Amino acid sequence: MERGAWRGWGQGLAAVIRPLIALAGSLLITFIGLTAVTFFIGRLTKIDPVLAVVGDKASREVYNNAYIALGLDRPVIVQYFLYLKRVVTGDLGVSVLTSQPVISDLLRVFPATFELATIAIIIGVLVGVPAGVLAGARKGRLADHIVRVTGLFGYSVPVFWLGLVGLFVFYGKLGWVSGTGRLDVFYEDIVTVRTGIILIDSAIEGEWDIFFNAFSHLILPAAILGYYSLAYIARMTRSFMIDQLAQEYVTTARVKGRSFWGAVWLHAFPNIMVPLITVIGLSYASLLEGALLTETVFAWPGLGLYITRALFNSDMNAVMGGTILIGTVFISINLFSDFLYRIFDPRLRTA
Amino acid sequence: MLKTFRFALMAGAMLALAPQAFAETPKDTLVIAENIDDIISLDPAEAYELSGIQVLANTYDRIMRFEPTDINKLVGGVAESVTPSEDGKTFTFKIRSGMKFTSGNPVTANDAAFSLRRVIKLNKTPVFLLSQLGWTPENIDQMVTAPDESTLVVKIGVDFAPSLVYALLSSVVGSVVDEKVAMEHAKDGDFGYEWLKTNSAGSGAYSLKVWKPNESVVLEANPGYRGGEASMKRVVIRHVPEPAAQRLLIEKGDTDVALNMTGDQITGLKDNKDVVITPSPQALLYYIGMNVKTKELQDARVRQALRYLIDYDGIVNSIMQGGAQIHQSFWASGFWAALDDNPYKLDVEKAKALLKEAGYPDGFSIDLDAPNSSPFANIAQSVQATMAQAGVKVNIISSETKTLLTKYRAREHKLLMIYWGPDYMDPHTNADGFANNGDNSDAASKGKPLAWRNSWVDEAVNAATAAAVKERDEGKRKQMYLDLQKKVLDDGPYAIMFQETKLVATRANVKNFIFGPSADVVYYNLTTK
Repeated sequence: MERGAWRGWGQGLAAVIRPLIALAGSLLITFIGLTAVTFFIGRLTKIDPVLAVVGDKASREVYNNAYIALGLDRPVIVQYFLYLKRVVTGDLGVSVLTSQPVISDLLRVFPATFELATIAIIIGVLVGVPAGVLAGARKGRLADHIVRVTGLFGYSVPVFWLGLVGLFVFYGKLGWVSGTGRLDVFYEDIVTVRTGIILIDSAIEGEWDIFFNAFSHLILPAAILGYYSLAYIARMTRSFMIDQLAQEYVTTARVKGRSFWGAVWLHAFPNIMVPLITVIGLSYASLLEGALLTETVFAWPGLGLYITRALFNSDMNAVMGGTILIGTVFISINLFSDFLYRIFDPRLRTA
Repeated sequence: MLKTFRFALMAGAMLALAPQAFAETPKDTLVIAENIDDIISLDPAEAYELSGIQVLANTYDRIMRFEPTDINKLVGGVAESVTPSEDGKTFTFKIRSGMKFTSGNPVTANDAAFSLRRVIKLNKTPVFLLSQLGWTPENIDQMVTAPDESTLVVKIGVDFAPSLVYALLSSVVGSVVDEKVAMEHAKDGDFGYEWLKTNSAGSGAYSLKVWKPNESVVLEANPGYRGGEASMKRVVIRHVPEPAAQRLLIEKGDTDVALNMTGDQITGLKDNKDVVITPSPQALLYYIGMNVKTKELQDARVRQALRYLIDYDGIVNSIMQGGAQIHQSFWASGFWAALDDNPYKLDVEKAKALLKEAGYPDGFSIDLDAPNSSPFANIAQSVQATMAQAGVKVNIISSETKTLLTKYRAREHKLLMIYWGPDYMDPHTNADGFANNGDNSDAASKGKPLAWRNSWVDEAVNAATAAAVKERDEGKRKQMYLDLQKKVLDDGPYAIMFQETKLVATRANVKNFIFGPSADVVYYNLTTK
């Protein structure tokens, strides 16, 4: 970053706060839209929601009791407003599948997804960005081809296939990593749940055996998801880089005596940071939604698995709770990247 | 997309693997890899899902139990003996002395009475098992009593054969709950229901340490169990939904038992000396229901013809690969009073002749609803191919099971493929489902048995079902069920095809893992390794 980057900080702050207020408004509207669409689509499914609660073999009386308890005898619009009223008070209802409050289910499954997604995005950024810069700078050369082919493989191979092959090779054959799940079974239920993120919880208690066991479970799925995001990040970085390097200011810098790599990193790179932040933000957001296929293959008890299973069983409270959570995550990440590029983009700073 | 997904998973699983067993589970811990996504509650008055019942069979003792080695042999559980009255309407159980719950409280007749009353008063899904004995929340306190600590007196309001009553008390609702512990956790008159959903208060071989939905169930051995403390001090049931992942875990020795592998995966494990496969015939039946509301299906000859248009042998050999056996009557083979005739095989000529007689010489088109999961999707394709040979053009509609059941319960299907498992170990449960239809109106005041769902009603069959329930002579009763099965086999609105065989995979060092024909007979406490 240039030395003058922080000069416009004061104006920058104002520029950040004003849109935040506007965004809070749109947030509210988004949530209402989100819940309404999910709710009414939920009512359109051809699945009898009572079945999920009482099963196929319940008597007529048990069935009727559950029907009334679910409020299904009220008009749909009334059901929706009753739901909204409860959501406002933080009550997302009870999941029919787990018979736990949806909010406590989400607090249990989301840290698993968060842990996986965060490690994955770190891998994606640390490898993807330099690889993309390298490929863009050396366009048409060997390094570029290697990055492009590796990337192409990354976004064209189905993730579950890669997951299974990874399991067979690194767990089955080589024994370098642990298998499915978050921990070996005999480590289950030893660490107190504080954050729900096992790496952190075990580190707090100094249970390093568990820490390393969790890590050996985590690294393979995280690397595979990381590979997918790095493929996308590298591809985007590369094309941003090619655009920038064609600009005249790069030539000017070179003429003024900057080395080639100096021009790449000190002049072109700061200018691709803004679109890059959006790309990374989107990748991270999609990872946080829960990677269903990866979670299935690795029996990873995360958000993706939770919502899908809820969907297939017409557990609408869980589906809506999950949708609201994803909506929140998505909007927060957008806000955050918005905030970041208001800092990094010189044009917005002085606006 | 799901289909491709499954295909790829299977392809992945078939990749050759030279297993190298260095991982090992702890000596005193039994690790089970299983799909447990069906558990919604572990309260014995509510749980009615196979995985949940398996857990409860180990955490609670029941009034009556089945011998782990012989499903047809009912023995006392919490009860030591039972004496029926002359009129067969009162049963006096003597409770074993000296037993304790995991809390340390003694097990008494009061707890047993409390448990049965609790089921009726909570009125959850499995309540029908007991309410058919004529029990209601109003009369239950008089029908089930405990005159002293070791005597439980059970009265019934209907004429039921004693063997049927005992079978009902051996089902999950016969689990004996620790009254003191349950009531300590009771709120708003729920008899401890909210708490018992995720905790246990029983006197079984194990107690429940933790259940994390879709993650794991952990059990701890009960040192005071009447059958002696189990050698596996800890049982960890780990939720592994993917059969391919289960295979990998058992090959690596990271699990001792894997319960949901498919036929082709088992085939791939044949040469592995570290893994032992034990087939266990189940009570679950795979069948096609034929809705008699459909014009073509009203004719018994057409239904007969369709039963001749299924390649039973081919499906068992190529699709099920050891995961099923042919069985065509409504009560599964190996159980008391089962009819083992399997008269139907693929016979296109016979089917054509029957269709011609019924006025469909060129066949007809018809919809077949089937679950979109394995093995149903493959069976449906086989059925489609063989029926086409007689001109019956089958249009397969695949969907999720819940969608399918919603349609089935609304009688909107024509042909529909699904499975059925009995509720307790007496043929009445399936006779009541497959044969009896007391009210064929859309209101279905008598519930929605399978006969109703397929709009099939036969007054003589209804009468025969009712008579068989009451018959107290075992020999005669057995004959009545054999006759009933024959009648439904010839004339009923079903093509019952297969009986499931569970392929239980265990590591070679695991001995005596008992996986009986139903979830009620899955015992962990006899296992050693």
